[in-house]
Amino acid sequence: MNSPNDVNSLEVSRLAYAYPDGTQALFGVDLTIGRGERVALLGPNGAGKTTLVMHLNGILTAGHGTVTVGGTPVRKDTLKEVRRRVGLVFQDPDDQLFMPTVRDDVAFGPANMGLTGEELERAVKGALDRVGMLEAIDRPPHHLSFGQRRRVAVATVLAMEPEILVLDEPSSNLDPAARRELAEILRSLDVTVLMVTHDLPYALELCERSLILSGGVIAADGPTRELLADTELLAAHRLELPYGFAVPAPAEPA
Amino acid sequence: MGAGHHHQLYLPGASAVHRLPPQCKLLAVFAFAVVVVATPRERFWAFGLYALLLAAVAWAARVPPGHVLRRMAIELPFVLFAFLIPVIGLGERTTVLGLSLSVPGLWAAWNILAKATLGVVASILLAATTEPRVILLGAQRLRVPSLLVQIAMFMLRYLDVILDEMRRMRVARESRGFEARDVRQLPAVARSAGALFIRSYERGERVHLAMLSRGYSGRMPMLGEVSASAAQWGVALLLPVSALAVLGLSL
Repeated sequence: MNSPNDVNSLEVSRLAYAYPDGTQALFGVDLTIGRGERVALLGPNGAGKTTLVMHLNGILTAGHGTVTVGGTPVRKDTLKEVRRRVGLVFQDPDDQLFMPTVRDDVAFGPANMGLTGEELERAVKGALDRVGMLEAIDRPPHHLSFGQRRRVAVATVLAMEPEILVLDEPSSNLDPAARRELAEILRSLDVTVLMVTHDLPYALELCERSLILSGGVIAADGPTRELLADTELLAAHRLELPYGFAVPAPAEPA
Repeated sequence: MGAGHHHQLYLPGASAVHRLPPQCKLLAVFAFAVVVVATPRERFWAFGLYALLLAAVAWAARVPPGHVLRRMAIELPFVLFAFLIPVIGLGERTTVLGLSLSVPGLWAAWNILAKATLGVVASILLAATTEPRVILLGAQRLRVPSLLVQIAMFMLRYLDVILDEMRRMRVARESRGFEARDVRQLPAVARSAGALFIRSYERGERVHLAMLSRGYSGRMPMLGEVSASAAQWGVALLLPVSALAVLGLSL
């Protein structure tokens, strides 16, 4: 293992992308995420958030610019390595959990990486333990509650020991308790996290730093607290805090 | 949630039949079906013995007769078809209860009924003693083409998701005053079916992306090794071998 700061978990440089029908979605995105950081990627619907995420593990390949994960550039010949390092958690856990049991599902990634037998079992149990779902190991995913399914979805990528965990709208459709439980789990993980969301309080709760993606470029990059306090900046990018919500004063000096 | 219809076929238990590895049971049922189909239809007593063999398996697996009988409903369309054959059949005719029936038709109906029933009962016993996903593991072990196993696996996983989606669409239709009463309402139902197809197709694409993201390269990793000992094969093959002995005697 390298020391925490000599390689960045994620570097995106001048990334541009147009869909095959000609619609340009990204117009030169630059961002860097250091090891161990938890960063929120904020933006209104249609800002290109999902398009950007699809580039991070090479499902879409850059029209222009580069993406580098833990020092490895995303290219055709590095796809296998990159997909191991970028853990993508999709918005709908029913898309993510496609195997008949929780155990098989969490084992899918590590087994594709070549783990077998005892080693595979250890990876599966370790990942489920980290999200507090070890007791559900032999249950079929459709017997779990929505919040439990989302936690198992996080475990499916944790089992691959990713360099960076990328979560697409992690708080969507969760009830308040499930939302808090997921936050506690995410905070307890010692991996780099990129959280794509327009749930601003959740970003404030979990991420020190935020990026605003708007119109296919990074429009702002800074401490979450400062960005959310800037009402004009938020309004310019179709973002706003929920009714009755004000950025609370910092609990401890930064 | 689409609760309530899970494992309708599977009957949890710990009998010797339950504990056999799935690939042994799959092959045993398949071989049994082949022997049954190969038996000449005139040998009534052979079919009786086959039925007794299945009864013995059911007894060993502690599957109650009611469980098997209720699930035999799936055979009904074939039964109806079988009853039609003697009525519309050609050739020599005979009169049963004032009904003129074709003799070759009667033989054909008996042939279909007897063989299909034995096959269906054997399959029900397999499903009652083996979880669906374990059956698929067995199929994988038996080198059934991996694409077929994968398709069956996804069907198993997403059946409830899709049924649930279908239920939500029905609720949405009915909430807006729709009632499916006669043929004129059919277009609305057809459009729902189309929408459901598109949604499922799109879900398929998203699932594929999720699989790619975790290193899928066209082959499912072999999960859950289920190896079978010679003794287990011996026990499982008792069924088709006994059936084969009966067939040998009847020829």
